[in-house]
Amino acid sequence: MAERILDVKGLTKRFGGFVALNAIDLYLEEGERLGLIGPNGSGKTTSINCISGSLFGDEGSVVFRGSDITRLAAHQRTHRGIVRSFQIPRPFRSMTILQNLLIPMEYTAPHRGGGGDREVEAREILDLVGFAGRANDNSGRLTQVDMRKLELARALAAKPQLLISDEAMAGLSTSEVDEILGLLFKLNERGVAVIMIEHIMRAVLRFSQRVIVLDAGAKIFEGTPDQVVKDPLVEKAYLGE
Amino acid sequence: MKGWGFWIFVALALAAGFVFTRVSNNEYYFFASYIVLQSLIMATAWNILGGFTGYVNFGSAGFFAVGAYTTIALQKYLRSLGFDAPLPVFIVAAAAIGGLIGLGAGYLTLRLRGVYFAIATLALAIVAQTFISNWDYVGAAKGAYILTPDPPPLFSSYVKYLFMTMLVLGLLALAISRYITQSKFGRGLAAVRDDEVAAECMGVPTLRLKLISATVMGALMGVAGAPYPFFVTFVDPLSAFQLNIAVNSIAMPMIGGTAFWYGPLVGALLLGTAQEVISVTISSEINVLLVGVVLVSFVILAPKGLVGLFSDLWRRGKRDG
Amino acid sequence: MITDPGLFLNAVVAGILLGGFYAAVALGLSIAFGQLDIVNIAHPAFIIIGSYFAYYFGAHYGFDPVFTGILMTPFFFVLGMVVYRIYYVSFERTGQESLSGLAFFFGLMFIIEVVLIMIYGVDYRLVPASYIGMNWKIGLVDFPLRMAVPFVVSMVMTISLYLFLSRTFIGRAILAVSQDRQALQLMGANPIRIKQIAFGLALATASIAGALLIIIGPVEPSINREYIGRVFAIVVLGGMGSITGTVLAAFILGIAESFVSTFAGPSWAPAVAFGILLVTLAVRPSGILGRAS
Repeated sequence: MAERILDVKGLTKRFGGFVALNAIDLYLEEGERLGLIGPNGSGKTTSINCISGSLFGDEGSVVFRGSDITRLAAHQRTHRGIVRSFQIPRPFRSMTILQNLLIPMEYTAPHRGGGGDREVEAREILDLVGFAGRANDNSGRLTQVDMRKLELARALAAKPQLLISDEAMAGLSTSEVDEILGLLFKLNERGVAVIMIEHIMRAVLRFSQRVIVLDAGAKIFEGTPDQVVKDPLVEKAYLGE
Repeated sequence: MKGWGFWIFVALALAAGFVFTRVSNNEYYFFASYIVLQSLIMATAWNILGGFTGYVNFGSAGFFAVGAYTTIALQKYLRSLGFDAPLPVFIVAAAAIGGLIGLGAGYLTLRLRGVYFAIATLALAIVAQTFISNWDYVGAAKGAYILTPDPPPLFSSYVKYLFMTMLVLGLLALAISRYITQSKFGRGLAAVRDDEVAAECMGVPTLRLKLISATVMGALMGVAGAPYPFFVTFVDPLSAFQLNIAVNSIAMPMIGGTAFWYGPLVGALLLGTAQEVISVTISSEINVLLVGVVLVSFVILAPKGLVGLFSDLWRRGKRDG
Repeated sequence: MITDPGLFLNAVVAGILLGGFYAAVALGLSIAFGQLDIVNIAHPAFIIIGSYFAYYFGAHYGFDPVFTGILMTPFFFVLGMVVYRIYYVSFERTGQESLSGLAFFFGLMFIIEVVLIMIYGVDYRLVPASYIGMNWKIGLVDFPLRMAVPFVVSMVMTISLYLFLSRTFIGRAILAVSQDRQALQLMGANPIRIKQIAFGLALATASIAGALLIIIGPVEPSINREYIGRVFAIVVLGGMGSITGTVLAAFILGIAESFVSTFAGPSWAPAVAFGILLVTLAVRPSGILGRAS
């Protein structure tokens, strides 16, 4: 039985009178690929916001590698190895692609056992995502798929142990989806556990070892991709793609 | 600007300044230069928070006045103990107090959206003004008089000494600003400015960086204000807290270019000189109006400032050429 | 002293009258900042322009200030639309609102103040109106007309605006544009046009608020800065996006200032607004009735 690196128990989040998350339990094993799906407004983004630290839950706990991180600031969680990408990419627009990578390299990698030549590591990451030779391109004018790749490249530069990919493939063409999916597989091969939030069903089902389905702030199903497509509750909750 | 290039510039500026004080006896030039240098320090300080992180401070005059009144209060206190402290003592004290207030104000407000921070700075400046206007020890609303001390050796008049002091302080402010932009700290600030949420998620301790920025800004602005009482010999809340100072602190970096450490230098030299010229040749009211008009025009037409404009053109030229 | 019933009662009444007036002052910012997310720190400066219009027409033509205030609303409305247009083209479209937008309004505020000083100097200006010196006394309580008239006019304006916003199509579109731009577009309304009208409306309130201001007391160009703190304190305390919240907060501020003024001295009154603002920002930034953002 692989070790659990993430253990979320009883996570509840309210916005005024609206209950976005209702006592969610969630765990992730080392190196695991977890898919998180559900209709719009089901609480997917809220839950990962609580895991990554952009939001604090009202109740419940988030434990990462044995430590309670429920009240830690986002940047501290990043230092411990939880990295997230954003649904709508958020590049540092005044900087080049390389400079974008430098930020997590300078601020997070040292906490993650970083050492070694930054230039070399940066080129490596750029090669991996297919940005070879584009290190000095301005990051403010990239295509959609390039911005998604930059998000992932930046996340990689932070040496994650857990990567949360928030709809990294939304709006992309079929071949572009495959490109990003390939990247995520490569990342996982290096030992990075991944939580994937996606609406593109074929990507989620291909990628995930286990799938959790949320609806209206509650977990309505948890199982393998094969099981998920057959479950009547899931079908009822949301007619996915 | 490469390392040695900057320091050569500093050395030359210091030498030129010193020679100037030996060679010229036209007091007006020293007065005018003092004012431009004062604006330079304020603009550079403002930019460390406003330009580098995007958090706009409208209460610059408050920090400046805190510096000035630190001098007044401290001098009075030390005199009562029998000491007559030299100017550098007040400068250091003003830096400490200005820095503390910058830290405190930041701690109260930098966790909120930039908008709320901006409004809070305006509020704090007015609170400071009210407080000082009611503080009899420093003269309250009536103001306080400062006697001009004897100039130290090497300087034939006190104004020349003040000019030289401001020159040193101005270059120091530029050096600090330049150092920041070339450091990991400065890169973190740029990330905060570009996208604070993303920066935080990439491991940048955004609140800590903003607080350090605010502290440095407060300290430098206090430093800019510390020699002011000796310069004008009469200080009252109205003149110390004048809105003109706040507007200039914003206008100069925006004209020069907020993303660069030398943006405020460009802005201060251009706008500062223009203001002096217009003040003398046309009228001082038109001069004041000018700053507002220039600020609004630049904000609309050239938000990256002159330096940003030129660097864009330069980059476009390289790409097409 | 606080137990003196006459003094206490008068402080309360004066606070309510003042609060009513503050509602008029803050209404424009409640729309601009609360609904449209435009940080118009020049709003009080525009109000002062309104005051000077009232002064001008009062001194030269004998117009009643409230009359002038209403008369000039179309001018302010158009002015608001123009200013919004410039703001939109320069900043909103390019996503530069935060730094540049703030600097823009700060510059505008400064220009307005300086121009007024150049034309009218720094002396205080009054407007002659028959009711300014008058006072009604009911039992222990004074109702100075220079406060009561602005209170009534302000309430009428506030209620009219509230009805407009909640009952008419354009009004509801304005309320909607802050919340869901796309839905608005689907309904066939142009969000930019709606925002332009909304901002014009916001500035139109400044015309009347300015007239009321000069009824309450004499005016000089730099007074606008006293009001920056007050209007933002009111809008923040009341909660972004809530007109009702703004009115409520206006009354709270009015009463608080009145009490501080009566029992601690008038020089402390400006500090009340800033104190409320800072405390609200520290404790509950969304305000009393605001949406959690």
